[in-house]
Amino acid sequence: MENYRIDPAKGMEFGLYTLGDHLPNPIAGERISAEQRIHELIKLAQLAEQAGIDFFSVGESHQEYFATQAHAVVLSAIAQATEKIKISSSSTIISTSDPVRVYENFATLDLISKGRAEIVAGRASRVGLFDLLGYDLRDYEELYEEKFELLLKINEEEVVNWDGQFRAPLKDAQVLPRPQNGSLPIWRAVGGTAASAIKAGYAGVPMYLAHLGGPVASFKQAVDAYRDAARQSGFDPSTLPISTAGFFYTAETTQQAQKEYYPHINEGMKLTNGQGFPKQAFAQSEDLRTVINVGSPQQVIEKILYQHEQFGHQRFIAQMDFGGVPFDKLRKNIELIGTEILPAIKKHTAKE
Amino acid sequence: MNIVALSGSNVGSKTRTAMDYTVNTIAEKYPETEVTLIDLADLEIQFSDGRNFLDYEGDTKYVAQTIMDADAIIIGTPIFQASIPATLKNLFDLLPQDGLRDKVTSVLVTAGSLTHFLIVEQQLKPILSYMKAQIVQDYVFIEEKDFHRKEITNDNVLLRVDRLVEDTVGLTETYMNMRKTKEEAYGF
Repeated sequence: MENYRIDPAKGMEFGLYTLGDHLPNPIAGERISAEQRIHELIKLAQLAEQAGIDFFSVGESHQEYFATQAHAVVLSAIAQATEKIKISSSSTIISTSDPVRVYENFATLDLISKGRAEIVAGRASRVGLFDLLGYDLRDYEELYEEKFELLLKINEEEVVNWDGQFRAPLKDAQVLPRPQNGSLPIWRAVGGTAASAIKAGYAGVPMYLAHLGGPVASFKQAVDAYRDAARQSGFDPSTLPISTAGFFYTAETTQQAQKEYYPHINEGMKLTNGQGFPKQAFAQSEDLRTVINVGSPQQVIEKILYQHEQFGHQRFIAQMDFGGVPFDKLRKNIELIGTEILPAIKKHTAKE
Repeated sequence: MNIVALSGSNVGSKTRTAMDYTVNTIAEKYPETEVTLIDLADLEIQFSDGRNFLDYEGDTKYVAQTIMDADAIIIGTPIFQASIPATLKNLFDLLPQDGLRDKVTSVLVTAGSLTHFLIVEQQLKPILSYMKAQIVQDYVFIEEKDFHRKEITNDNVLLRVDRLVEDTVGLTETYMNMRKTKEEAYGF
């Protein structure tokens, strides 16, 4: 775990992630400017740090309604505005990026932030960026696998020799600068299926498991499959951290939390994915056995602890700003996380 | 209520003839509904490559979006090689796996003979079920002999189309109301 700068003795880490979506607030019907959105994200990271939150990450999505395509640049501003919170992408679309450039960016970010940077590398759920950046969608799988492998190799080796299909070969190449401690935590983003989790296990890399909704039990299958695959490939699963990431929203009561957050998820999903979020599935989030962490602080604490019991994961990452949630509500969420949720989670998951 | 009438083939004229009659029937009997006729023969649709339907362009995006916006879809299809046409299957492939959730679908078939009467049961309905559609169970099967020079000449068929339209609108209303009642009960 220490390779990944995680100390399980201190309890499960709690993080925030944003996709950097730039969606209208469905209640006010208005959209803030991209400038305001980006500045609010930087402010959000500062507030998160003040509340004791461990981790903050920013995603990239190259399509309408998103503002953080250049997520490394946004993270750089966050690095400068904060002092101790861990910062990461969530995720970097490695398929359509040059791993050398990504590594240069994030190693630099690590130096700016004094050793707080991480990379979560994914392969894009929406594929507009393939056309935008000149890639063929038919290479979807292979682009990801090849470039992710190269990214790991650059992280592990000071001098890289490499030959592949989608990039010019590297001969005795030095990728500089090197991060503060010589390497970065690099996670593999997994969409929730066991088939995808197994690939992360084979590679022996930490898994970042995203989920929109559904039963804890089905994600537990992915977690178990990941650890089994890692073991089969000769890695020790106890050295490999797992993080889960999904919708999160809290308010004084569960009913209030649902009422405040649902329109954002539903309308946001319609605009970015073409389908709203079914009310029934959202309502089911009240059940302890489902993964959406929406509710009163007490309800959310119980749910996160139940998930921790099932998954044995090291980090939970909350997405609470999707779909134009106004900043005062985000501030309120962070306040409740800092005062009620974090202390309870740390207390119950720390290993003395 | 927003109904899409889909003529699912780019070969021949019988399915289109039947869909024209269906659309006219809807417009006449249910003037408050909004009806859009999509004839795949008039459009350039690309083959599905697995991307999100919002990421397609041109006619492909138009058709996918129009179907996703519909409350009900009346699917008109010929039978080709003992199955539904590839054009129609491709349309399903363009949509999300639960893309027909909360939509009512009904089916109207044109075919050379009764030989393939069960194709709808065996091939089309399983796809519609998988994609979470609410299916009008009765479908209309029209044989070649029921047409003459781009008109349906069999009154029995015309009556059955009228009933299919009635069932489609009725079931759509029922599901819309049912969903509304259920969603209002959630309190958020």
